[in-house]
Amino acid sequence: MAYTKRLDGRKLDELRKVEAKVGVIKTAAGSAMFRMGNTIAYAAVRGPREVFPRSMAKPDTAVLRCYYDMMAFSGAGERVRPGPSRRSKEISMVTAKALEPVLDLTEFPKSGIDVFIELIQTDAGTRCAGICAAALALADAGFSMKDMVCAVAMGVIDGTVVADLDKAEEDYDKGPVADLAMAMLPRSGEVTLMQMDGEASQEHIIEAVELMKKSIKKIYEVQKKALLEKYGGVKDE
Amino acid sequence: MNKIMKDYILGLLSKGERMDGRKLDEFRKPIKIEYGISTKSSEGSAIVHIGETMVIAGVKMAIGKPYEDTPDEGSLTVNVELSPMASESFEPGPPNDYSIELARVTDRVVRESGMIDVNKLCIKEGEKIWMVNVDIYPMNDAGNLFDACALAALAAIKDAKMPKIENDKVNYHEKTSKGLPLKKTPISVTVIKIGKHLLVDPLVEEFNALDARLTIGIDEANNPCAIQKGGDAPLSASDIDKMITLAKEKVKELRKVL
Repeated sequence: MAYTKRLDGRKLDELRKVEAKVGVIKTAAGSAMFRMGNTIAYAAVRGPREVFPRSMAKPDTAVLRCYYDMMAFSGAGERVRPGPSRRSKEISMVTAKALEPVLDLTEFPKSGIDVFIELIQTDAGTRCAGICAAALALADAGFSMKDMVCAVAMGVIDGTVVADLDKAEEDYDKGPVADLAMAMLPRSGEVTLMQMDGEASQEHIIEAVELMKKSIKKIYEVQKKALLEKYGGVKDE
Repeated sequence: MNKIMKDYILGLLSKGERMDGRKLDEFRKPIKIEYGISTKSSEGSAIVHIGETMVIAGVKMAIGKPYEDTPDEGSLTVNVELSPMASESFEPGPPNDYSIELARVTDRVVRESGMIDVNKLCIKEGEKIWMVNVDIYPMNDAGNLFDACALAALAAIKDAKMPKIENDKVNYHEKTSKGLPLKKTPISVTVIKIGKHLLVDPLVEEFNALDARLTIGIDEANNPCAIQKGGDAPLSASDIDKMITLAKEKVKELRKVL
């Protein structure tokens, strides 16, 4: 039987509850909390600052470095060993690549911009929640950005394209599941992160990209609202 | 250490003042604990705010084998991960002396003080025990991580519920209503000495300017149950006496937010 009714009753293009807040880590240049269902990510930006080791600095542009990390207690099962792993290093790398296209790094030559992402609770879609939080933190830090970055894990479950896979859907065992983590610039619809685990047809992949354009409107709205909550009304100090 | 900053702080202290307008024996406000911030993933969790300082702690439990010399005792492991997220001055990479001391002192207050009754964490003597891991993550260092980390650990432990055991394995998706077996609830208060002045809840600038510090874990009967001295300057018996007295007084305020 095809996957027509989602496990938690959501519509095919419906996201879990989305929440965001900026300025949550006070000494950072910029920071944000982003929550997608039960997945909660915090991000903090430090910099622009000197790059260590210095050999990593680039003469004409800043270096954007991201550090994705799951807290030891944030996994679904046993404790996750703290510290970088192959998985977290790769996610850190693709996170930076997902964010770079909206930034003008030539504004800060020779310097480094560090984005730290911590997951405190996870229910799938952690890299996507991390990217949403990181984009907000960069905006909170005041970097010029040509667009926001919205990320969500799309899925193809037994031939049905759905938005925002949760853990239960990731583990769906009555048919094939493709998990398609993507980041998108909401205004242009361009894709800056694309990773797929599992099998899906070319048509379904394109369908997922198209459905994502629609689904991320909600993320974009919540992100804008979070920024407006902090910066919207100019108050006298 | 920055001499101009130290002179500035000392100048203020000699007038009974501090950089942020507090009295010497005053904690920042608000002191706030949010419980259950990662209930879906962890067995217990909490965020602690002391002023702008923010620390998250979480508890994960697993079934393991006891050590040979303690066949009827469960284990408690306390770990502090100092992420560069928390401060401009922390760098990625292996832990430095400060982060190791922070982790060790927190461990001393939480574990060595006998907070948890490890005998009650024994499932089957010599074979099976509960292993309790407390992981502490400073998210923002605006000062006094020592006290914030210990408070976060205690809050997460208090929040924890034992998971269900099914076929000798932990079912992480279902929790029982049973909490961890608490014997005492120690809270730490760090008193620092700059020049001849004693103060609590130091800002980062004050902490960097300290001559000596004493972190004192205090239980609910108001008895010291863990101590760590830090800093370059020695302390006299009278200093230590005054510092413990001050810590015992201030711990009451922290206990109220638990």
